[in-house]
Amino acid sequence: MNEVVESLLHVAASMGIDPGNPPTPMEAYRQNFDTLESSASREPAWLRDLRSGAMMRAESQGFPSMKNEDWHFTNVAPIAERIFDLPRAGAPVSAEVLTRLAYGQDWHTVVFVNGRHDAGASSGTLPRGVMVESLAGAIENDAGLIERHFSKLISAESATFSDLNTAFAHDGAVIRISADIVVDKPIHLLFISDPAAEGAAVHVRNLIFAERHSGCTIIESYVDVGADLYFTNAVTEVYVAEGARLSHYKLQTESTSAFHVGTIQAHQARSSRYESFSFATGAKLSRTNVYTTLAGDGAEVVMNGLYMVDGAQHVDHQTRIEHVAPNCPSHELYKGILDGRSHGVFNGKVYVHPEAQKTDGKQSNNNLLLSDQARVDTKPQLEIFADDVKCTHGATVGRLDETALFYMRSRGIGMLEARRLLTYAFAADVLEKIELDGLKEALEAQVLERFTG
Amino acid sequence: MLEITNLRASIGDKEILKGIDLTVNAGEVHAVMGPNGSGKSTLAQVLAGHPGYEVTAGEVLYDGRNLLEMDPEVRAQEGIFLAFQYPVEIPGVTNAYFLRSAYNEIRKAKGMTELDPLEFLDLMDEKTKIVEMDQAMMNRSVNTGFSGGEKKRNEILQMAVLEPRLAILDETDSGLDIDALKTVAKGVNALRRPDNATIIVTHYQRLLNYIVPDRVHVLAQGRIAKSGGKELALELEERGYDWVTEDAA
Repeated sequence: MNEVVESLLHVAASMGIDPGNPPTPMEAYRQNFDTLESSASREPAWLRDLRSGAMMRAESQGFPSMKNEDWHFTNVAPIAERIFDLPRAGAPVSAEVLTRLAYGQDWHTVVFVNGRHDAGASSGTLPRGVMVESLAGAIENDAGLIERHFSKLISAESATFSDLNTAFAHDGAVIRISADIVVDKPIHLLFISDPAAEGAAVHVRNLIFAERHSGCTIIESYVDVGADLYFTNAVTEVYVAEGARLSHYKLQTESTSAFHVGTIQAHQARSSRYESFSFATGAKLSRTNVYTTLAGDGAEVVMNGLYMVDGAQHVDHQTRIEHVAPNCPSHELYKGILDGRSHGVFNGKVYVHPEAQKTDGKQSNNNLLLSDQARVDTKPQLEIFADDVKCTHGATVGRLDETALFYMRSRGIGMLEARRLLTYAFAADVLEKIELDGLKEALEAQVLERFTG
Repeated sequence: MLEITNLRASIGDKEILKGIDLTVNAGEVHAVMGPNGSGKSTLAQVLAGHPGYEVTAGEVLYDGRNLLEMDPEVRAQEGIFLAFQYPVEIPGVTNAYFLRSAYNEIRKAKGMTELDPLEFLDLMDEKTKIVEMDQAMMNRSVNTGFSGGEKKRNEILQMAVLEPRLAILDETDSGLDIDALKTVAKGVNALRRPDNATIIVTHYQRLLNYIVPDRVHVLAQGRIAKSGGKELALELEERGYDWVTEDAA
């Protein structure tokens, strides 16, 4: 408690405010916003208006409470009641660290440190027809494209976290895959928080355009390199055009003292395929939103995920699949492994609109509790307004199979190893769905490692 | 090798084993028979260390050491093997990985070096032949989607690889057609040695045509009601269990 009061006083003092009357966290966001706005006056007017509107909405709406149905099982007070600084520039990242963070894989890597693009660390020559730019650069060089798409998928009334992101995110990645181009190597967006991000909120915004009949794999990683307590607030807007195929992996392995709120909002045109995988093991408190709209006939989405936490971690996923067009399959499998006193939340919504006939929807969420204190709240939701559809959903919460444990022990395998193997086995089928070799093995290794000893 | 004295065991409040006495020497094959509910499977599970059963009285010595104090994995490392009546499915763990883990754990416990996957593959090449099993089964998840016969064969394969000193076969014959039964029996016989012993728990005499026991025991209401030579099994086949269990009561 003393620490919080102290940091409040510190921020208040640095802002020239009477310490007897410190700002509320939202007032601090406003002050930071005004500071940034005066220094970012080169931005086009439309963007400044958009940011200003978002800031005002955030102020009037405030942070979501647990009475809000979308946040019913997640208390965001640890984020809402804390004043976060603006991040300071990070240090260069060594090649050794980059190799480790890319799991030793030869991917095109785009590096951001504390929310700022690090061109020097980014690697890989991009093939023709692929454009990867920092958002800050794209706003200067390609303002038209950004104006047409920035914040168009995130609705104006969206939650406060997205509004704060719109208000504050000055950097991130803009990726554009031209029509008919199939990218051989994955593009890895690596968001690093280093010690200069300590106590700060890092807002990043990505825009991904997979144009007609293009194909690409994108990995979005959020990691810490020596940062402890910070807040990542990320938004990624994804446009998947007709016939395009996009695989999108999000890996959240932040510091276990950090906060992470991330939203991915996709929009899928006719016959497109979007495959999303969310891997979340980090952060003290995290919320990942993965949303897509199946807007064109025959568009397909695959949404999978694995969350694995322990200690006092809280991990929350909300997915939403809007079946707007007919003949769209959506398949979803999320698995959770919860140990210690951790708390997992899953809320998967599937809306089938009246026009979305022949929808083929399948959703499951399975959870494994490894301790008596671990807890999970799972809420699969299916709302169907069309009559000719095939939709199933289900959720399970269970413990390690005692019979299987005994079976393994009776073969000489010790208790710890038996638990580790069974836990790994629980995660195996969802990991098996990862089509990207190299990443699959890396995540499998992480799961195995987590439960060693 | 194994000396069981006045063994009593319960599950919950229900006492199932009510004073078992049984001695098994190296080189012997013992058959434990009896009607359903007599406690045969409980005896097998208690010997393997199933944590669901509570031993309330008695003693089990294995090579003179207190077996009941050992964890299930220690018993396995010391050479006890239970072929399960209902082999457990473990989706997500391949048969090869599972068996290699078990094999190496047991080697480690004996202070031997572990086998790497390639060396283990050679061993499997040899062992799968004993139970006439397709090597492809090794890459499937443990028992997952296996037929009843495949599961039992897989148990005998595990036994062949782990080379126990005391093997306990719990209803290994149940649900097997005659060909599978012969294969399983052939596997068991191939593994018999003067320094190991086998306990066959079975309801029917059928398996004993192929694995000939030295001693046959009839379990009734948690006690051994009668013991005899191999001819006792035939007599049971002919007359049923009632005459023994009535005698016992």
